[in-house]
Amino acid sequence: MSPLYMFEKPLGMRDTLPELYEIKRNVRASVENEMRSWGYQFIATPALEYDETVGAASAIMEQQLFKLLDQQGRTLVLRPDMTAPIARVAASKLLKRNIPIRLAYSENVYRAQQREGGRPAEFEQIGVECIGDSTISADGEGIALMISALKAAGLQEFQLSVGHIGFVRKLFQQIVGTDERVEALTRFLYEKNYVGFKMHVENLSLSSIDKQRLLRFLHLKGQDETIPAAFDILENGQGAEEVEELRQLWDIIADYGYEDIVKFDLTQVSHMSYYTGIVYEAYAEKVGFPIGNGGRYDGLLGKFGKNTGATGFAIRFDRLLEALEETKAAEPLYAIFFSAERRKEAFQLAGEQRASGKKVVLQDISGVHDLDANTKQYEDIVYLLGKSGKESMQ
Amino acid sequence: MNNLLTIAMPKGRIFTEAAELLRKAGFPLPPEFDDSRKLIIDVPEAQFRFILAKPMDVATYVEHGVADLGIAGKDVMLEEERDVYELLDLKISACYLAVAGLPNTKMNEVAPKVATKYPHVAAAYFRQQGEQVEIIKLNGSIELAPLIGLADRIVDIVSTGRTLVENGLVEYEVIEHITSRLIVNRVSYRVKDERITEIVEKLSEVIKQKGELA
Repeated sequence: MSPLYMFEKPLGMRDTLPELYEIKRNVRASVENEMRSWGYQFIATPALEYDETVGAASAIMEQQLFKLLDQQGRTLVLRPDMTAPIARVAASKLLKRNIPIRLAYSENVYRAQQREGGRPAEFEQIGVECIGDSTISADGEGIALMISALKAAGLQEFQLSVGHIGFVRKLFQQIVGTDERVEALTRFLYEKNYVGFKMHVENLSLSSIDKQRLLRFLHLKGQDETIPAAFDILENGQGAEEVEELRQLWDIIADYGYEDIVKFDLTQVSHMSYYTGIVYEAYAEKVGFPIGNGGRYDGLLGKFGKNTGATGFAIRFDRLLEALEETKAAEPLYAIFFSAERRKEAFQLAGEQRASGKKVVLQDISGVHDLDANTKQYEDIVYLLGKSGKESMQ
Repeated sequence: MNNLLTIAMPKGRIFTEAAELLRKAGFPLPPEFDDSRKLIIDVPEAQFRFILAKPMDVATYVEHGVADLGIAGKDVMLEEERDVYELLDLKISACYLAVAGLPNTKMNEVAPKVATKYPHVAAAYFRQQGEQVEIIKLNGSIELAPLIGLADRIVDIVSTGRTLVENGLVEYEVIEHITSRLIVNRVSYRVKDERITEIVEKLSEVIKQKGELA
């Protein structure tokens, strides 16, 4: 390994410079306000967790975890997602009585990557978790809140795609039987390899009717017309419950008025293995990767000792920023250049202007070496110099 | 919404067949397409943009979303493991990935060496065979490696087998049969689904007809 240059950062780590920081702050505030107004309460959890607990419960691949040892030799992980830590807090502290709780977060998560640029290893997620509510309304609320949070951020054009992992499992189970064979089929969906899926189906020892059903399954995409098509490929009612859930979900989405933004894709499965039911992803045209995803994870709370349903989503904040058409320009910066004689006057004026909401820099004139370069960064400058009582403007 | 579709085309071996297939499916490829040195060719009237990329890079462009669609060999898909939709087997540029070497030779027992342009595929294959090998990455003329003693075996694409024969090498095992695939970016697949579905249908029809003729 070559020695490091002093400017180098670990792979995948990024700085946030003032301009971007301001933009981030504004967008984050809009998204957080929307979540708060729906009654979600923000919480924070530590960046470090035990590998044995949160590390094992999170669905992020082993090789993507940043690990270190604590003083006692226990393995720690930098949290790779927020869902598992929140499940830990909810199960151990918050779920006292049997009532649904609504939590939100905006935190950095960490996923190591060795591959190439364009994939940060530390990135912010803003998300919500609705824990202890197993109704379809809770799933619908997640989808609707994701949409209205993205709108609040200023995103104009985007789409959500909705699937149901329970439906896929039941359908495959009924057709191919064993878990092993279900897993083999599902893997092609994870890998988005439809060519491989079709070849695999051709080679299975199934009746031609069952093969047809599996091939038709690949076409279960679209709006509410997807529901009867999904019912149509079922046999013995296996999976009917899940399709019924999707039908109800569509009605809920329609009642929110979001039918134009949402589409079904029942072939959609998630790489997050803890999802059990309805799952969804959001896409904006200018970004090549999903800007957010969510779904129902009814098994995860059980790992922390509370058996209850939960659903939630996370927005990839970096990708959302990339997707935003134009982000609000930073607020103007004002300055007062002063000399020692009029320092008190300068402090007073700055205090007044700051109280009125302006951002005001106080700059001792003796610290300014290149006046032209220095003045450029300010919207307006007040000079309080020398002994005269008059202030001059430039 | 922006309706422009960007398609990443592989330069070289696959290009001619891919262009022919697209023309048959009714894509308005300009005549200068085939021998132009331009890397970006716009067909504004049909709202297409073609980019010409190294075959190994097509999946990268598509994964990052700078191309909506791409035509990539299955060899590239196996090596690169990019997170993209593999929608259609175009059944062109058929070939296969094989293990080859000098005739009547065995791999070194202690440190078997394998030279290849496909380090990921090669490592995975030998691991499955229960063998740990040392991979040497080369960028071309892989056949040289066993001839001059760099490696015991090579893993490479074989289409006619002539290069192997002319260099006195023999095939030991076939790893996987390869054809070209239509691949699609995850977001484009949703956001531009109508146009993409139309393209998939047109291409499927042409592929089916070709299959019936053969």
